[in-house]
Amino acid sequence: MSASSAFNDEKGGSSSVGEPEYGHDPASGGIFSSDYKRHDDLKEMLDSNKDSLKLEAMKRIVAMIARGKNASDLFPAVVKNVACKNIEVKKLVYVYLVRYAEEQQDLALLSISTFQRGLKDPNQLIRASALRVLSSIRVTIIVPIMMLAIKEAASDMSPYVRKTAAHAIPKLYSLDPEQKDQLIEVIEKLLADKTTLVAGSVVMAFEEVCPERIDLIHKNYRKLCNLLIDVEEWGQVVIINMLTRYARTQFLNPNINESLLEEGGSGDKTFYGSDEDEDEDEEEKEKKAEVAAMAKRKPYVMDPDHRLLLRNTKPLLQSRNAAVVMAVAQLYFHLAPKAEVGVIAKALVRLLRSHSEVQYVVLQNVATMSIKRRGMFEPYLKSFYIRSTDPTQIKVLKLEVLTNLANETNISTILREFQTYIKSMDKDFVAATIQAIGRCATNISEVRDTCLNGLVQLLSNRDELVVAESVVVIKKLLQMQPEKHSDIIKHMAKLTDNIQVPMARASILWLIGEYCEHVPKIAPDVLRKMAKSFTNEEDIVKLQIINLAAKLYLTNSKQTKLLTQYVLNLAKYDQNYDIRDRARFIRQLIVPTEKSGALSKYAKKLFLALKPAPVLESPFKDRDHFQLGSLSHLLNAKAGGYQELPDWPEAAPDPSVRNVEVPEWTKCSSREKRKEKKVEKPFYTDSEGESGPTESADSESDSATGSESSSGSEESGSGSESEESKEASESEEEEEEEEEEEKKKKKKDLKKPVQESESEQSSEEEERKHQRKSKPRKSESESESDEDEESESESSQSESEDSESEAEVKKKKKPAESKPPPKPVKKESKKEKKEMSLLDLDDFEPAPSPQVTPVNTFLSNSLVTDLEGLSLSDSVLSPATIAPSSTLKSYELLHRITGEGLSVEYCFSRQPFSPDANMVAVQMQFTNNASSDTKNLHIEDVKLQSGMRVKEFPEIELLPAGETATAVMGIDFCDSTQAANFQLCTHTRKFFVSIQPPVGELMRPVFLTENEFKKEQGQLMGMNEITEKLTLDVKCRNEHTIVQRVTTAANLSRVPCGSDKECSPPLPPPDHPVHRFAGRTVTSGSLVLVTVATKEEGAAQLTVNCEKMVIGTMLVKDILQALTQ
Amino acid sequence: MIHSLFLINHLGDIFLEKHWKSVISRSVCDYFFEAREKAVDPENVPPVLQTPHHYLISIYRGKLFFLSVIQTEVPPLFVIEFLHRVADTFQDYFGECSESVISDNLVIVYELLEEMLDNGFPLATESNVLKEMIRPPNILRSVVNTLTGGSNVGETLPQGQLSNIPWRRAGVKYANNEAYFDVTEEIDAIVDKSGTTVSAEIQGVIEACVKLSGMPDLTMSFMNPRLLDDVSFHPCVRFRRWESERVLSFIPPDGNFTLMTYHISSQNLVAIPVYVKQSINFFEAGSCGRLDITIGPKQTMGKTVEDLKVTIHMPKAVLNANLTATQGNYTYDCTTKMLVWDIGKLNPQKLPNLRGSLSMQTGVPNPEENPSLNIDLKIQQLAISGLKVSRLDMYGEKYKPFKGVKYVTKAGKFQVRT
Repeated sequence: MSASSAFNDEKGGSSSVGEPEYGHDPASGGIFSSDYKRHDDLKEMLDSNKDSLKLEAMKRIVAMIARGKNASDLFPAVVKNVACKNIEVKKLVYVYLVRYAEEQQDLALLSISTFQRGLKDPNQLIRASALRVLSSIRVTIIVPIMMLAIKEAASDMSPYVRKTAAHAIPKLYSLDPEQKDQLIEVIEKLLADKTTLVAGSVVMAFEEVCPERIDLIHKNYRKLCNLLIDVEEWGQVVIINMLTRYARTQFLNPNINESLLEEGGSGDKTFYGSDEDEDEDEEEKEKKAEVAAMAKRKPYVMDPDHRLLLRNTKPLLQSRNAAVVMAVAQLYFHLAPKAEVGVIAKALVRLLRSHSEVQYVVLQNVATMSIKRRGMFEPYLKSFYIRSTDPTQIKVLKLEVLTNLANETNISTILREFQTYIKSMDKDFVAATIQAIGRCATNISEVRDTCLNGLVQLLSNRDELVVAESVVVIKKLLQMQPEKHSDIIKHMAKLTDNIQVPMARASILWLIGEYCEHVPKIAPDVLRKMAKSFTNEEDIVKLQIINLAAKLYLTNSKQTKLLTQYVLNLAKYDQNYDIRDRARFIRQLIVPTEKSGALSKYAKKLFLALKPAPVLESPFKDRDHFQLGSLSHLLNAKAGGYQELPDWPEAAPDPSVRNVEVPEWTKCSSREKRKEKKVEKPFYTDSEGESGPTESADSESDSATGSESSSGSEESGSGSESEESKEASESEEEEEEEEEEEKKKKKKDLKKPVQESESEQSSEEEERKHQRKSKPRKSESESESDEDEESESESSQSESEDSESEAEVKKKKKPAESKPPPKPVKKESKKEKKEMSLLDLDDFEPAPSPQVTPVNTFLSNSLVTDLEGLSLSDSVLSPATIAPSSTLKSYELLHRITGEGLSVEYCFSRQPFSPDANMVAVQMQFTNNASSDTKNLHIEDVKLQSGMRVKEFPEIELLPAGETATAVMGIDFCDSTQAANFQLCTHTRKFFVSIQPPVGELMRPVFLTENEFKKEQGQLMGMNEITEKLTLDVKCRNEHTIVQRVTTAANLSRVPCGSDKECSPPLPPPDHPVHRFAGRTVTSGSLVLVTVATKEEGAAQLTVNCEKMVIGTMLVKDILQALTQ
Repeated sequence: MIHSLFLINHLGDIFLEKHWKSVISRSVCDYFFEAREKAVDPENVPPVLQTPHHYLISIYRGKLFFLSVIQTEVPPLFVIEFLHRVADTFQDYFGECSESVISDNLVIVYELLEEMLDNGFPLATESNVLKEMIRPPNILRSVVNTLTGGSNVGETLPQGQLSNIPWRRAGVKYANNEAYFDVTEEIDAIVDKSGTTVSAEIQGVIEACVKLSGMPDLTMSFMNPRLLDDVSFHPCVRFRRWESERVLSFIPPDGNFTLMTYHISSQNLVAIPVYVKQSINFFEAGSCGRLDITIGPKQTMGKTVEDLKVTIHMPKAVLNANLTATQGNYTYDCTTKMLVWDIGKLNPQKLPNLRGSLSMQTGVPNPEENPSLNIDLKIQQLAISGLKVSRLDMYGEKYKPFKGVKYVTKAGKFQVRT
């Protein structure tokens, strides 16, 4: 490196006060004698009271450190400036301190008090940076101080400080491992933290300090899963890797039942002809598989927590960060059922476009994966084709993958590729290709001869390396079927004159010796030549010459006796003792003397025994016992600190350990409040379905996870909202929680030492004080902010809404408090409702077609809709109640005659299907018209378009003659009108039946205000909008009939007109009203907006806006029909 | 995690070292130098090396090696990705990532590294956050700093680290609010001797330059989102919205960033914009060779192909090239054996042709393989896959931003085998 140029650059760069009188830059090294003096300069500058001089000096010192020059003698001068006011000087002093404190422990202690003061600073960033530097100073004396600081910071109110505390834990641990127990306590506390900021760092600390304490994760497992998507990328990697290990200890192997999963593998075309919803498909496949499993009464059912992990990590495959993608990929590889692992292939192939280092690591992992799961990468075969511009190491790895992927069907294309590669200029790569061909040939017997011929042609290649490699590979191939190929052996024998590469020569000699019966004339001649050049050969060749000689002596001693003697004599005096030993040993063995023992009788058997053909294996075989993506996997050796990936347990440990008991009500209320907020400003739009696990059995744990996930998303949501306000709300909840806790006397912290809890309380008090302080600050900032009034008014509005919602929550709370177990009550009431409606249904069931509804039904209907608008979330008041039950149309599933007395009708009950919100509830009514009882009514053999799912109704044990029974099943039609086909089975017969939904049943009503409606409509223009002109039926010109007919045709809810009265002055009712209806498709939740604008004389215009164009078109048709008839 | 970092130039000098834990002697790099020597090309140095006490993970960027020292198990991609992020940050700060620029800004670089990792674990890697803490240098500021004794370290404490959207600076203000998006698609293809396409795929990337005040919430929708087979997003993109509605909804970072990258599924037929007729022959007698290349338009969707360039890495035996080009000019570098033919715009009426003789080293056997042709090209205002942005909406702010989308198609790894 040119020191002078660097010096010049340096000057230019840190330009600030580059006066020439300071002489040479110390960083440039140079002559030592002046070094001392120069440091004096720096000291002087540091002692001055001008910040600019100090800064300049510090910059130079840091530059010295950066270049690896020693600046330790400046320590006393620098440490004095630790309390400097100038931020940049301070920062640079910190840099210096961290670098040299270890060497000058005593002096470093001078700075500690500054940091201790910093730890108490009201500004969170200063607290954090003080802790960061304090913990980075590796001075053993201050361990207790650090410990105290970490403990305090771990309960700091600022999540950023807590994050810093988490970072400090491994630092302290590496300084003094004795502190482990105390640190684990802190980790435990921080693991319970609910903020995304902390999650990654604390898991990191966990991995460094106590990776074996997997039990600490139980309680936080679901929270971590739910927070994952919002954690910063680096944290995600660490968490995912840890959770992989965790899952391996806690869940059962999903691939125990291989057979069951094969069903899920085949994917039919979806209705829309594209695989856009592939991930959804996957999930559904899984569920299908599960359904199948249930039907077959297979024992394996995936733990809902296991499913939660898989589901929540999947979106991260789309991360821009290769490490995150790899982490998810390895998680799926190690944890997912076979049928689902495929999703990772696409993402991994994408990474191959990245930097060559990333490619290198990814290809290594793909190579391992492709051995076990070849099918996964087969579709991407072409992505592994090699370009001449790839670096050699990438080429070789790609070759490895291609070889692993080769099978009977694609081998011809692969071999054609290989042919191009063989001509490459990169000879190492050519050698690797030849080996790859060899491996393909051994694995796929169909192409063995072709490969062999190709390799033989290579023997006449000009390049010696190529020839040598071919020889070695041919040798291996020939071993499989030697008798056919004596001409190849002859050809190779001739090569000994030319080939100089020892390995190749040795291979040829071995071949000739092994198959000397096939070439009886040539073999002795080869030995003769070799004997001549024996002394000049490499060791490996010499050994093979001896070997050849011995074999020939045994088979053809007449011709070769003397030659053998000669060779053995030469070998006897060889420099290499291996060769001398071998010669001595072989002589004793083959040449019969009086002394030679029994062994010589068996010499022939020893030498000419049939040798098994070698199996050419991938070097990546069995590497997957290392966790993929890890350093250990890459090196194929255990790296320090590597945590073994445990084997699946035989029986699943108790899953209830992951249940988090929380005071039900505080959680609930906060959840609702948060939902409200979320509506205001969603961030990572967590769909409702996401937050509530669908499969979980126990409702209690459900609510816990659900609320936590929503809290997670809230964390990320409300972006612009200031930190303080959120903290305030958070701490409010905490208070609430506290109260609850006191009430319920749930004392988790009983175990904790009293002192600590005291300190905690005091810190909480502090927190509160702080909060009080921060509140006025907030309002100040609000008034100061030069944002327009609108935003302010908006916020105030939202605030008022907040308070409203709170009030509402409180209202709800009151009655609930009187009834302690709230959940079951809710459920029961729901059930009751259902039953009620069922009864209604029965009454109206015979109605074959939509009838004119009494007006009051409709009125109550819209009333409910309006009410719904008042409620907090649409799930609170289930839209089921809105469904105009009277207008339900029922369809015949099974006619009395074909059903041999059993008749079945079904209708779409328009109620949310409670086990799975994405399903359409289908209500079936079974009537037994036969004279005998029907037993065991159930569903079998469900045939569905891919992506569709069915939740069967519980088996009806007995249907006595003449009786009627109803059952509800759920079908996820995947937003298509494809029929669901299945068999309806009784104890005696099976009937093939199918249910096809009218398009209007594929949606559920949603409540929108007129403004929201218009806004949404504005976003669904163009292709998504379908407009149709029509003339209304004569009977259908009043508002009520229009609304009724539309809602009959499609499960939509009406948008109340003029509901935004506060925004617009009340208008007189227009002559030609516009009716608006809104809904969402059940599966994907796409908005469906319908507008019927009436005009003069029954003319009207129907507009449907729907993202799913097919649904839109079909819906237009249906509504058109309903309105014109 | 990451214990130390060494920056090494192509000559093998260590010009910067940074330790996040205790100091590791730079002699640890000797193992690396050994491997560097063994590998002929710097690209061929294994990214992960094992030494008796440490593991070395390195990347090669801009003729520099970023060598990190690891002591315990860590996902190698984690380190590699991080090192690239460091290099990206340098690029972002200084416009390029080279030795001279890093030596110029040694202190800033050191401060950056200090902020990016804490105890070897990534702390702040978002450029928006870093820029709040350490301001990037520019000429004006360095002049001002010289006069006033100011500094490059931000006076205000960085709030970005604390927020839920760490990628966006708080309090952004612009006089002109504008958002530009560049949709760039690259065609990766291998075309064999006979002109048939062996493999072809399209990789796309949407680069954004967003300069909008406040906290804008943007929504971008496509005319044909189904084209996109595989996507990866900047963390700002809400994944669930994409899953359910196929729109990109995000609060953008301030300034330049990569919004998304995507891949067009290989099932779709890829339009190959040009065809190449070539013949390269080497003759044993007279030790010479002939070369004849013609390029013509194939499927260009009616647009002109620009910046057309052919690069050929010749075999070692080729000493010189004596060629004539009907369009553009060619250069042959005897040391690297690179033949570059810079054509420029492709004129469909008069197809560019390059022909002539190659002089070969005598006494050396002919190369058995013909070199493959690497093609560079650019087509403006076209995304070859047909992807189109249909609209961009902004919520959360009241002003009307200026919006623009630009489409470019380029050749990625476009190789013609001969």
